[in-house]
Amino acid sequence: MAALALLPLGYIAWYTLDIGWAGVRELVFRPRVGYLLWNTARLVVGTVVCCAVLGVGAAWLVERSSVPVRRIWHVLLVAPLAVPAFVNSYAWISLLPGLDTYTGALLVVTLSYFPFVYLPVAAAFRGLDPALEETAHGLGLSSWAVFLRVQLPQLRVALLGGSLLVALHLLGEFGALQMLRYPTFTTAIYDQYRATFNGPGATMLAGVLVLICLVLLLAELRLRGRRGYARTGRGAARPGRPVMLGALTVPALLALAVLIGLAVLVPLGSLGYWMASGASTALDWGVLATTTGTTLALAAAAAAVTTAMALPTGWLAVRARGRIATFLERSTYLGSAVPGIVVALALVTLSVRVTPWLYQTVPVLLAAYAILFLPRAIVTVRAAVEQSTPLYDDVAASLGSSAPDRLRRITLPLLAPGIGAGAALVFLAVVTELTATLLLAPTGTTTLATAFWSASSALEYGAAAPYAVIMVLLSAPATVLLSHDARRGLTT
Amino acid sequence: MSSLTVKDLTKAFAATPVLTGVDLHVPTGSFTALLGPSGCGKTTLLRLIAGFDDPDSGTVALGDRVVTGAGRSVAARRRGIGFVPQEGGLFPHLTVAGNISFGLPRRQRRDGGRVRELLVLVGLDADLADRSPHQLSGGQQQRVALARALAPEPSLVLLDEPFSSLDAALREETRVAVSRALVASGATAVLVTHDQAEALSMADQVAVLRGGRLVQLTDPRTLYRKPGDLDVATFVGEAVVLDADIRGGLAHCALGALRYEHASGDAVPDGRARVLLRPEQLRLSAPDPSSPVARVRSVDFYGHDSRVWLELADGAMVSARLDGGELPTAGDDVSISVRGTALAFPAAQDGPLQVPAPLG
Repeated sequence: MAALALLPLGYIAWYTLDIGWAGVRELVFRPRVGYLLWNTARLVVGTVVCCAVLGVGAAWLVERSSVPVRRIWHVLLVAPLAVPAFVNSYAWISLLPGLDTYTGALLVVTLSYFPFVYLPVAAAFRGLDPALEETAHGLGLSSWAVFLRVQLPQLRVALLGGSLLVALHLLGEFGALQMLRYPTFTTAIYDQYRATFNGPGATMLAGVLVLICLVLLLAELRLRGRRGYARTGRGAARPGRPVMLGALTVPALLALAVLIGLAVLVPLGSLGYWMASGASTALDWGVLATTTGTTLALAAAAAAVTTAMALPTGWLAVRARGRIATFLERSTYLGSAVPGIVVALALVTLSVRVTPWLYQTVPVLLAAYAILFLPRAIVTVRAAVEQSTPLYDDVAASLGSSAPDRLRRITLPLLAPGIGAGAALVFLAVVTELTATLLLAPTGTTTLATAFWSASSALEYGAAAPYAVIMVLLSAPATVLLSHDARRGLTT
Repeated sequence: MSSLTVKDLTKAFAATPVLTGVDLHVPTGSFTALLGPSGCGKTTLLRLIAGFDDPDSGTVALGDRVVTGAGRSVAARRRGIGFVPQEGGLFPHLTVAGNISFGLPRRQRRDGGRVRELLVLVGLDADLADRSPHQLSGGQQQRVALARALAPEPSLVLLDEPFSSLDAALREETRVAVSRALVASGATAVLVTHDQAEALSMADQVAVLRGGRLVQLTDPRTLYRKPGDLDVATFVGEAVVLDADIRGGLAHCALGALRYEHASGDAVPDGRARVLLRPEQLRLSAPDPSSPVARVRSVDFYGHDSRVWLELADGAMVSARLDGGELPTAGDDVSISVRGTALAFPAAQDGPLQVPAPLG
């Protein structure tokens, strides 16, 4: 499993060695790469900063201030996750064709990705012991000083994790940026691949991209540090008293409303507009149904395969802690920090060269999904295994229950929710996956994402809309799940 | 129901020996407490008896049936030993009824009567049967865990510090309920605890474990009054330990010439020795030159009784436990007299003894 996860990385490394230093120099050190690097870097930095500000601000308002109807705002702030970034991008550019600039790209991806920061930070706010804040107030600190000196340091891990998630997603983002005609590494790799098919140029660009991803991962590990924040005492933390906003309530509400309006209402409105009035809406129900069926079948298969692979890894990581288990678990995370385009590229090349009979078949596509989404399944399975301690096994044994009996009556019932949640997350991720599917899907197989893509690339916005609507509808349940439990499925 | 006999049990984890030759006999129907400080191996002993781990050597027998030892090991599920873990360990996905009936044969699981019977046995309302474990208080969870362990009518019930996670009031109430249920069911029971009050008040016999070895096995009263050595003496209760000189049938110490008994079978020879008194044996009265005088350092007032810290003429600190209303105050001088007899130990017992000192 670790081998599968590390396959794309291994492929890039092997390829680099193969073409040698001179080849690398020729392909990597050129103005085009510098231009892409500058474009990618300024977009990543800009987006991370914007997402951090929006995410922390919104989380503070919802979790720690007296803003009205907090629960509803919470669900609305997670809702942008139900709209895939490339659908969001389509929604904006089809309304405002002038958005194909840096500012446009920054706006669209920020609106798509800020929940990645909002969710973990909101969860961290909820986990903070209000007693610490009360103590700080008691020591004479103002609300602002409490935020800077008490809350922010404790939010560091969540904020860093969320920012890393935004950065990694953005580095792998293809659809949204291609549609906005904003060139980054991912779109360049795709164009290169389409133009020359498997040229060394595409692979070397992928190498640079992977390098950036790994540097980010390491940077996050270093910044996170080893310090833990312990809460002494047991039991649940008492809910704190919210900070009174007073006269600032109206501006705060207005700010949240504008954010939600831009991030949720605009894309949904745009979709509705194209559904209703698009001149190109010659809706073929048969094709739509077939495509939906294909997508659901692929997603179900991927969910089954990925969850089956996650079970032993998650189990080992908890029950047989040790270097090997940790290595196995980490390697799956590492493998999936690699952007989808690189995974797809590696699998295309390998299947063409090594196993031609597998090229353009469903198993290769499923392998790509497994590499990309394994961590989501592992995180949930692992959490479930952690809750089912060996103690239950011992107790059941002392009550005369045999090993198969224990598996049936104790272990599986306890793991079932975790397995189910992991499978659901993988399922929904596959439904909206675009990049790897574009490159790896067998000829003639269209999913919702690829059908949407080909229609909207041809500027047939009305024809694309129904596919987007179905994707949004299918993603909505996962979003509800995420708003309940922030930690699930966010570690990509 | 059967007795439990443990012979020469040893167990080591990696290179660290945890149990070094433990012998223990628990008669049928009795309640035995395994008492010892943290890390003395008592939980390990319990797990070996239950069959969750295998010993390096030695035997465990239930009645005449050897379940571990001599090259054989009966699986935990075939031993018929009920187990009540520290935090209850109720299966979170099952209701109270589902938990209690877990170990019953399939036919009996549906029968609500048995579950109700067991709930009543542990002193719980039969209405709780349909609740989930997380809807119960800690004490209720412990009682359900006991009911679950008793349901298949095991030959022996093991309780692993079942009260340590409960707060003081709940602990007392749960202890009483558990004791009653165990007596009513007639089960043989072994309780692991580090709380000497729990061991003394609940058990028929107490086994004191120290450093992987059983140091004393006796009934609670004997354990408190005639502990095997000074370590056991201070572990099972507050102690006043003084240097003494044995001559002429009396122990001469800072509290005067005391009548004494020998701690164990071997007589303590005349000469240097140490004597043990319990704080409740000390009586205080107005200063009187004919008896030893001490100065009151501080008083810990508990309501039902009080502890008075006294500094003796030679600078030693001792505590006295007093009931009733007339308490001295710090700085008073008082006379001390001793009720009953002291217990004499040989002087050369391992190292100086740490007697707790007053706070502040």
